[in-house]
Amino acid sequence: MSKKTTVKAGSKPSAKKAAKPTAKAATKTSKKVTTKADNFGGLSEEILLRMHDLMVKSRVLEERLIKIYKAGEAYFWIGGPGEEAFGVPLGMLANKGQGLAHDWFHLHYRCTPTLLALGMTMIDSIRLIMNRSTDPSTGGRNFANHYCFPQWNVAPVTSPIEVQYPIACGTAHAQKRFGKKAISIVTGGDAGTAEGDFASALILASRKGQELPILITVQNNKFGISTPFEGQHGETNIADRARAFNIRSRVINGNDPVESYLAMQEEMEYIRKTGKPSFIEAHVTRLYGHSSADGANKKTHMFDPVFEFENRLIKAGIISEKAAKKIWEIYEEEGVLAQEKVRQEPSPTSESVWDHVFVGNENADWRKF
Amino acid sequence: MASVAQAIRMALHYGEKNLGVKDIFGQDVGAPLGGVFTATQGLKNAWNSPLDERGIIGMAMGIAMTGDRCVAEIQFADYIFNTIDLLKIAGNTLWCTNGQVELPMVVMTPVGAGIFGSVYHSHSFDAWASRLPGWKIVMPSNPLDAYGLMLSAIKDPNPVLYLKSKALMRHKGDELIPGEPVDEKELKAMIDKPVQNAEGWKPRWPDLEEYMVPIGKGKITHSGEHITVVTYSRMVHLCDEVAAKLAQEGISVEVIDLRSIYPYDWQLIKSSIEKTGRVLFVNEDTEVTNFGEHLAYRATQELFYQLMARPRVLAGKNLPGIGLHPNLEKNSVPQLTDIELAIREVVAEVP
Ligand SMILES: Cc1ncc(C[n+]2csc(CCOP(=O)(O)OP(=O)(O)O)c2C)c(N)n1
Repeated sequence: MSKKTTVKAGSKPSAKKAAKPTAKAATKTSKKVTTKADNFGGLSEEILLRMHDLMVKSRVLEERLIKIYKAGEAYFWIGGPGEEAFGVPLGMLANKGQGLAHDWFHLHYRCTPTLLALGMTMIDSIRLIMNRSTDPSTGGRNFANHYCFPQWNVAPVTSPIEVQYPIACGTAHAQKRFGKKAISIVTGGDAGTAEGDFASALILASRKGQELPILITVQNNKFGISTPFEGQHGETNIADRARAFNIRSRVINGNDPVESYLAMQEEMEYIRKTGKPSFIEAHVTRLYGHSSADGANKKTHMFDPVFEFENRLIKAGIISEKAAKKIWEIYEEEGVLAQEKVRQEPSPTSESVWDHVFVGNENADWRKF
Repeated sequence: MASVAQAIRMALHYGEKNLGVKDIFGQDVGAPLGGVFTATQGLKNAWNSPLDERGIIGMAMGIAMTGDRCVAEIQFADYIFNTIDLLKIAGNTLWCTNGQVELPMVVMTPVGAGIFGSVYHSHSFDAWASRLPGWKIVMPSNPLDAYGLMLSAIKDPNPVLYLKSKALMRHKGDELIPGEPVDEKELKAMIDKPVQNAEGWKPRWPDLEEYMVPIGKGKITHSGEHITVVTYSRMVHLCDEVAAKLAQEGISVEVIDLRSIYPYDWQLIKSSIEKTGRVLFVNEDTEVTNFGEHLAYRATQELFYQLMARPRVLAGKNLPGIGLHPNLEKNSVPQLTDIELAIREVVAEVP
């Protein structure tokens, strides 16, 4: 991704630093990796704890964003609480970096967990929702969770649903030509699969002899804004549609981070090995409804992947209750401090509307031609 | 002399050889056809996409995001309408990301009437395109400009829409493209795919040179003193013809070929209107709401006290389509007589 260097805003943690959860110090790790009853798919304790840490971080951040919205310090909220068990492993597994040798991400607006796993800081997300000029993704120009991080090949999140799918085929095409086994990853919602762009991607990714190295995913939370799954789908699984294009596909429980991790790892390996596409439909929870448009209130009756995973780790003796609680507290504090800091940060200036219409700030105002 | 189609083909060849163009794609763009207007015959990096305009534009955006250069084609502008939000996104990506993500892509598409293409092969797109901020939009009227504007479009780091007139595809100019053989038959033998027994055919490209027409710079194609006619693409030739005719009566018409819709050459328009005091804007897109209206508005705002007559816009009629029968098409988009009448009217007006 090409990158403009004149405007720099926000903190950009290094790849190394990002990989380490900041609250890890708080965890008291047990020597025992697994219990007989639950072997966590053979995943190491380190991976499990990192997943847990990032899932908590993501939840705390999203709840902070909702609070910011409800306090009137932001105009809109949309995000991914409930999708942590899918989003976090996705970010952890990718080959992160800039340029064609690394994976590309074409994410939608519920992708905070993935971004945190890639190394985004909480404060940069808060800068975005509070539309400060320090917001590294959009400079205060776009909605919550419309992230863009060129340094990790994270394409800009677009508001129009599903356009990211064919765009992902474009980066996958360039990656295939480059030949370094990097892949493109695209995420989106179940209702959005009614858009033609979804079909476009299935077609573009699967043409015989020209298959693309792309991981096509759908996070099925069973809802559009208010339209239930049954209201728009005749197919049993969305993944079945990929099969019609000879794209390898599977349905996973996206509420289980272990299942998500293992499935995505397997599919990514397959794509890198064969250069062919793969499709994952992940069943997830939409824990706070659609967005601030429908209240952003927690649905207490729904499965909560973060709490469930935490309890599972506690039960297996991988983390203590106390240590887990500490992680929540550390991130809560980080979020509060970040919000206070961002409050003091500058807003975009009025004149900056003309910036970046064209590359190099070439004159875009016809009054000045 | 090369035709516009041959000029585009040569520009794309120059692009893939020297400017890093890695993909030239769209419906039927690759072998065996090389484009419905032959503009992509014999190109190394040309390939056929599925019949999916949204897929084509989305794919182009993805390729451009990686920094690779591509030229995507929409077979007819008439079918670009179902990609309009993607064009909007391509135009706003740099802005939305606060300058971080550039999309150096070219989208080319044949536009306009003049070939009796009826309702779905006669659409114009210039006025629509002018409402896609973040894009540059060019519309060549002759082979040399077609070549030079394509090279500029490829080199430009912004998305560029290259609108090529269907009716001009076989039009030949009177200036050689640098490197083009003087003999037109020789050029044909070198780069046109044989109609028969084309299997295994490969073009022999002439030794082409870089030639750029800067985006945003217009050109006076006929100088005059009494009225300025601002136009582009196919209408340039009609306006020039009328200008030549009226010159015999002593009506001196200055014709400006705008060449770029956005950014546009206001300084050229302005200095010409300051000289003539009268202006007519001619194009074939529908009159409501027309790009010429914007220019007429600006002329009124900035040059009101220098004008000797009301500025006029002559454009396509505001109809749902352009009918197939010549009586219908000719009464829908400006014809020689319409242009002549409009010029006479503006010239005759007395303040
Ligand atoms: C092209 C387009 N149409 C409509 C909308 C308005 N909209 C925003 S989110 C949404 C529902 C999306 O549902 P789904 O794809 O299931 O994703 P989810 O939000 O449930 O994750 C709609 C209709 C939009 N953003 N883009």
